[in-house]
Amino acid sequence: MSVFKHLAVKPWERKGIIGGLKPEGAFDSPAERVALSFFLVIASVVFSLFTVSYFIRMELPDWQPLSEPAQLWFNTGLLVLSSVFFQWARSASNSEQPKNLITAFIGGGVFAILFIAGQLMTWESLQAGGYYLTSNPANAFYYLMTGLHAVHLLGGLWVWSKSSLRLLSGAEAKEVRLSIELCTVYWHFLLVVWLVLFAVLANT
Amino acid sequence: MAYVPLADQDKEMEMHHPHNWVEEYVFSQDHKVIAIQYGSIAVFTGIVGLTLSVLFRLQLGFPESVDFIDPNFYYQAVTMHGMIMVVYFLTALFLGGFGNYMIPLMCGARDMVFPFMNMLSVWTFLISVIILMASFFVGGGPTGAGWTLYPPQTAMEGTPGHDMGIVLMLISLAVFIIATTMGGLNYAVTVLQYRCRGLTMMRLPLTVWGIFVATVLALFAFPALLVAAIMMLFDTLLGTSFFMPAVIEAGQPLDHNGGSPLLFQHLFWFFGHPEVYIVALPAFGLVSDVLSTHARKNIFGYRMMVWAIVAIGGLSFIVWAHHMYVSGMHPYFGFFFATTTLIIAVPTAMKVYNWVLTLWEGDIRLNAPMYFAIGFIFTFIHGGLTGLFLGNVVIDLPLSDTYFVIAHFHMVMGVSPILVLFAAIYHWYPLMSGRMFNEKIAKLHFWLTFLGAYAIYLPMHYLGFLGVPRRYYVLGETDFIPMSAQDLNAAITIAAIFVAVAQLLFFWNIIWSLKHGKKAEKNPWGSASLEWQTPDLPPKHGNWGEDLPTVYRWAYDYSVPGAHEDFIPQNTPESVEPTVDTEHFDPDHDQSKADI
Amino acid sequence: MALAVVIFLLVIGSIVFHFVSPWWFTESAAAWDSIDNTILVTFWVTGIVFILCNVFLAYCVFKFRKKEGHKAVYEPENHKLEVGLSVFTTIGVIAMLAPGLFTWAEFVNVPDEATQFEVLGQQWQWQYRYPGADGQLGVADTALVSPSNPFGVNPEDPNGQDDIIVNDPVMHLPVGQPIQALLRSHDVLHNYTVAQFRVKMDLVPGLMSTLWFEPTREGTFDILCEELCGIGHFVMRGAVVVEPQEEFDAWLATQPTFAETQSQPAPNVAAGQAAYAACASCHGQNGEGNQALNAPKLAGQQAWYIERQLNYFKQGVRGGEGDTFGQQMRAFAGMLADDAAVRNVAAYIETFQDTPAAPTVTGDIDNGYDIYDRNCAACHLDNGEGTWYTDAPKLTGMSDWYFVTQIQNFRSGIRGLHPEDDYGEQMVSMATAMSGIEEINDVAAYINSLAQ
Repeated sequence: MSVFKHLAVKPWERKGIIGGLKPEGAFDSPAERVALSFFLVIASVVFSLFTVSYFIRMELPDWQPLSEPAQLWFNTGLLVLSSVFFQWARSASNSEQPKNLITAFIGGGVFAILFIAGQLMTWESLQAGGYYLTSNPANAFYYLMTGLHAVHLLGGLWVWSKSSLRLLSGAEAKEVRLSIELCTVYWHFLLVVWLVLFAVLANT
Repeated sequence: MAYVPLADQDKEMEMHHPHNWVEEYVFSQDHKVIAIQYGSIAVFTGIVGLTLSVLFRLQLGFPESVDFIDPNFYYQAVTMHGMIMVVYFLTALFLGGFGNYMIPLMCGARDMVFPFMNMLSVWTFLISVIILMASFFVGGGPTGAGWTLYPPQTAMEGTPGHDMGIVLMLISLAVFIIATTMGGLNYAVTVLQYRCRGLTMMRLPLTVWGIFVATVLALFAFPALLVAAIMMLFDTLLGTSFFMPAVIEAGQPLDHNGGSPLLFQHLFWFFGHPEVYIVALPAFGLVSDVLSTHARKNIFGYRMMVWAIVAIGGLSFIVWAHHMYVSGMHPYFGFFFATTTLIIAVPTAMKVYNWVLTLWEGDIRLNAPMYFAIGFIFTFIHGGLTGLFLGNVVIDLPLSDTYFVIAHFHMVMGVSPILVLFAAIYHWYPLMSGRMFNEKIAKLHFWLTFLGAYAIYLPMHYLGFLGVPRRYYVLGETDFIPMSAQDLNAAITIAAIFVAVAQLLFFWNIIWSLKHGKKAEKNPWGSASLEWQTPDLPPKHGNWGEDLPTVYRWAYDYSVPGAHEDFIPQNTPESVEPTVDTEHFDPDHDQSKADI
Repeated sequence: MALAVVIFLLVIGSIVFHFVSPWWFTESAAAWDSIDNTILVTFWVTGIVFILCNVFLAYCVFKFRKKEGHKAVYEPENHKLEVGLSVFTTIGVIAMLAPGLFTWAEFVNVPDEATQFEVLGQQWQWQYRYPGADGQLGVADTALVSPSNPFGVNPEDPNGQDDIIVNDPVMHLPVGQPIQALLRSHDVLHNYTVAQFRVKMDLVPGLMSTLWFEPTREGTFDILCEELCGIGHFVMRGAVVVEPQEEFDAWLATQPTFAETQSQPAPNVAAGQAAYAACASCHGQNGEGNQALNAPKLAGQQAWYIERQLNYFKQGVRGGEGDTFGQQMRAFAGMLADDAAVRNVAAYIETFQDTPAAPTVTGDIDNGYDIYDRNCAACHLDNGEGTWYTDAPKLTGMSDWYFVTQIQNFRSGIRGLHPEDDYGEQMVSMATAMSGIEEINDVAAYINSLAQ
C-alpha cells in the first residue's frame, strides 16, 4: 500500500486490530537498519550541502582549482577493496557455516585504515607542495571534505572494531550478522560518497 | 544494558533496570526520566533566556536605567536570548522533553528503540548547554553578533564576543546537533518501528505526528547549521575564506579574500526556516490533543491535520530565502520564495480552521489546559496573519529588520508554542507526577501570561509600522519616529516584566503540587489516547506492566453515539465497547467546576 | 465563559487600538505607492480574517462550553467544508500575493533612465560617491582603501577620476527622477534604509547590491543602518536631503572629485608652524598641553582629527552653549583662514615629539578595562591609539582630565548634539556606557595604564 493510500485512510471508520498477531513496523527490517538508513540520509545531506557550497564558492573570482595528487586513484582502489571485503564478509555471514568470515571482515577494516593513511599522505604531499589550507578556498574545501569523509570512516571503524573483537573472541556468525550487514551498507555508502567527492574535486 | 528487540517486546522484560538511585535518576535509560532531564535543562536555559530579555527590555523601555547594561551587554543579551530560546529551550523542550515522554507511551512501546543512545543524547545536550553557558565567563563574553551569527561581523573586532564567544557558540551548536541527531534517530525509528499491535500510523494521536515530522525536519535541517558552523569555525580559527570576503577591520585589511557572506545566510536559513516548524509542529500536535480531549470531541478533520503537518514540513524546506529578501541576493529569488511562502499559509490556515471546528458543537471543559490551548489559537491566528505581510516580498521591504518582525515571530514561535507548552504541561501533569496541579493558580497564570503577552506584542507591531529598527541599543532621535514611541516601549517593558514575574506562579504550582497536589485519579481527563491507559499512574519503567497494549481504534473516539461514556480508550476492543470502568472517570469531579 | 468574553474583547480592543494608534507608517517620500497599496490590501484581508476567526472562536467557546446533559456531536470530518475553506483561503492568498509580485517586478526592473549613486557603508559611517560628467563610477576595490582613498577607487580607472566623493554622512538627491543606489560595504553587513523611501537593501562586503526609488517629496530624511553591524550599529546614522535639481547640482559642484582628493598639495608645515604660535601660549610649544589653562595635549593626536575639530570650532559646531573653554577655541580657530591653513597646523602638530601626558586621574583600572574593552575598543582600538577608519581619535597618552571633561560634555549634551556633529553624536550614545564620574575616571585610569 502506497504512502498516499495510507494517508487517505479514514481511521475512525475501521475498528479492530489491523495487522497480524505481532506489532508491525513501517518497514520490514530491524530498527537498527532503519536507523542506519536515516543516518545515511543525514550524512548525505551534510555532504550534499558541502558540495553545493563548493559549487557556489567556486563561482567567485579568487578560486584557483587544485590539481589533485595522483595518489588519490590508489587510495580509491584501497577503499574499493575495503568495500569488496565487507561485501565478502556479508555473504559469508549469511551461510550456515561461514568460511573466511574473520579474514574478510578484518581485511575490510584494514583496507579502510590503509585508505585513511593514504589520505593523510596526500595531505602531507599537498602541504609539502605549498597547498595550504588557507591559500585558496579550493584547498580549504579539499581538506575539509576529505577530512569529513575520513571522520565518517573512523566512526565506522569504531563499530567495526567492536564487532571484530566479538568475532575474534569466538562469537557466532549469527550474533554479529546484523552488525556485519550494517557495516557493509555503511562502507558502500562511504565508497559512493567518496567517488562523488573525488569526481567533484577532480573535475573542477 | 539490553534493549527490547522489536519482535518480542511483549515478553522481553530484561530492560536496563536500574540498580541504584544513580542509574534510576541520573544515568537513567528510561525515556520518562530522560524526558524530565531534557525538559529541566531546557527550562533552566529558558529561564536564563527570559532573564536576559527582561534586562534588555529594561534598556529599551527605560534607557540607562540599569547600570551594567552597556551597548556591549545589550548585543550579547539579545543574541543569547534568541539562540537560547529558539534552539536550547524550545527545540530541546519539544523534541527532547515532550518527544521523549510522549512517543513511547502514545505508541504503546516500553521505551525508545535505543535507550542507551537516548541517554547519551541528554548528556550530550547538557554538555552543549555547559559550553554555551561557559561563554558568559570567558574573556570578551558571549557573542553579540545577533542570533543569526551573520559573517563577516561574527569574527570581527567591533562585535562583542568576537574571539572566544563565537567559538564557544559554534562548538556548542555542533554538540547540540549531535545530541539532537542521537535523540532524533530514536524518536523517528520508534514511531516507525515500535508501535504496538494494531496501532497504524493513521491511528496515532496528532502529538506523535507533529513530533515525528518535526524530528524528521530536525534530522535533515540541522546538518545545514552544522555545515555552516564547521565552515565558520574554519574561517575563525584557521583563517580560511569560506564566508569571509576581503574586509577591513578597524582600518586594517584582514587576511581573507573572496568568501561569500550570502552563502552562510543560505545555509543558516536552510536550517533556520525548518527550525520554525521544528518548534511549531510539535506544538500543533500537542494542542490538537488537548483541544480534542477537553472539547470531548474528536479532532475535526484528522486526515487534513496529518496532511497539513506533512505538507508544512515539506514546504518548510523551500521557503528559506524569505528571510533574505533584502540580503542582496539575486532579486529574482523573491518571486519564487514569496510564492512558496504564501502557499504555506493554506495548510496552516486549514489547521486553524480545524482547531476551531473541533470546538464547534463540542462540550468544552474550560479548565486550565484548555484555557492555554484556546489562548494559543488566538495568538497563533494573530502571528500567522502577520506572517503574510513579511512573506509577501514587497511588504518585507519596509518592514524587515523592524520591530514588526520581532513582534511577528515572537507571536508565532514564541508566545504561541509557549502557551502550548503550558497547556501540555498542565494537561499531562497528572500523568507525569500522579498529582493534580492547583487549578486556580494555573488559571491566574494563564490570564497574566496571555493578556500580558498580547500587551507586549500587539503594540510592538505598531512600532514596526513606524519603522523602529530592531537591534538598536537606544533609538535616539530620528525625523520620523515620534517621541511617543518611547512611551510605547516603556509600556511594553512593563508588560514584559509582568509576564516574566507571572511565570513564578507556574513554577510554584508545578513544584508545590508535586507534594501537596490532590492525588490524580487514573485518566483524570477521560482521554481516549493510549498514554493514559497505563496500569500505573505515573507509568513505571517499561510503561505497560506484563503485556503490551493492543489498539483497536483511533485516538479520538469521543462522544461516540451509543457509547456509555463520552470517550473510548484506544485499547478498547470493538466487541466489548463500552468497557470503561466508570470508577475510573467521574464527571462530578470534573476540573471545569473550578471555573473562575 | 470568561475566556470567550475576553477573546471577543481582545478583538474589539485590537480594532480600537488600531484606529486610535498614532503609530503608523511615516509619510512616503518616494513613488512606491504600489508598496503602500499592497500593505493596505494585506492589512484588510488579514484584518477581516482575524476578526472572523476569533469572533467565531469566541462564539464556539461561549456556546459550547460544558453544560449538564449536553453532549458533543460526533463528526470526524466534513470534506466539503474543508475543501470550501481551502478554496476560500487560496483566493485570499492570491489576492495578497498578486499585487505583491507585480510590485516586486517593478522593484526588480530598474528603469533605464535612472541615475546612479553609490553608498559605501563602513563601521559605523555612511559615505557616498556620485558619477561625474561621464555618468559612470570608477572601479573600486577594498584592497586600495587608505585614509586618502576611503572608497578604494582604482586610480588607474579613467571613469573614476571625475567621481564625486562625499566623505560625510549627509547626502543629497534631486527630486522627481528615478535613482538607483549601488550599495557596497568595506567590512560587515549594513543596510541602507530611509523609512520614507519604503525600500531597503543590505550592503554586503564582496558584492554590490542595488535598489531604486524615485523621490517625490523635498525634505531631509534620516538614513538608518538596519542590519546588525557590530556594537556601533545603533549610532550608524546619516541623512538624505531631497531637493530640486538645481539645488542638487549646486551642492554637487561644491564636492571634490576623486582626482581632486588625490592631487591635494602636501600641507605646508612651515606655514603651520607660524600659525601655531597663537596656539602655543595655551597648548605649549610642543603641544604638551596645560591643564591650568584647560588646554589639552595635542602632540601625538592624529592630523585628521585635529583638522576636523578645528573646522568644527570654526563653524561653531563645537564650542556652543555650556562649553566655556570650547568657546575660547572658536576665536582661535577662526584665525585660520581656510582649509589649507587648518591642514598646515594639523601637519605641524603631527611633527611633535609624543611623550605620554602625566596621569592626573585615578580610578579602578580593572573596572575601567572592563568598560573600555567592551565598548570603546571597537573604535578606539585595544591600545587606545584610535584610527581614521572608525573616526576615533587617539586616547592613550593624551590628557586624561580632558578625556573626563569631554565624556561629561557628551553625557550632558554640551558636545555632540549639534546637528552638524555627525561623529560626536555617536559618542553621545556610546558615552552612556560609563554611568557616572566614577566610571569615567576608571576608564581614564585604564587608558593611562595603556601608555606605560
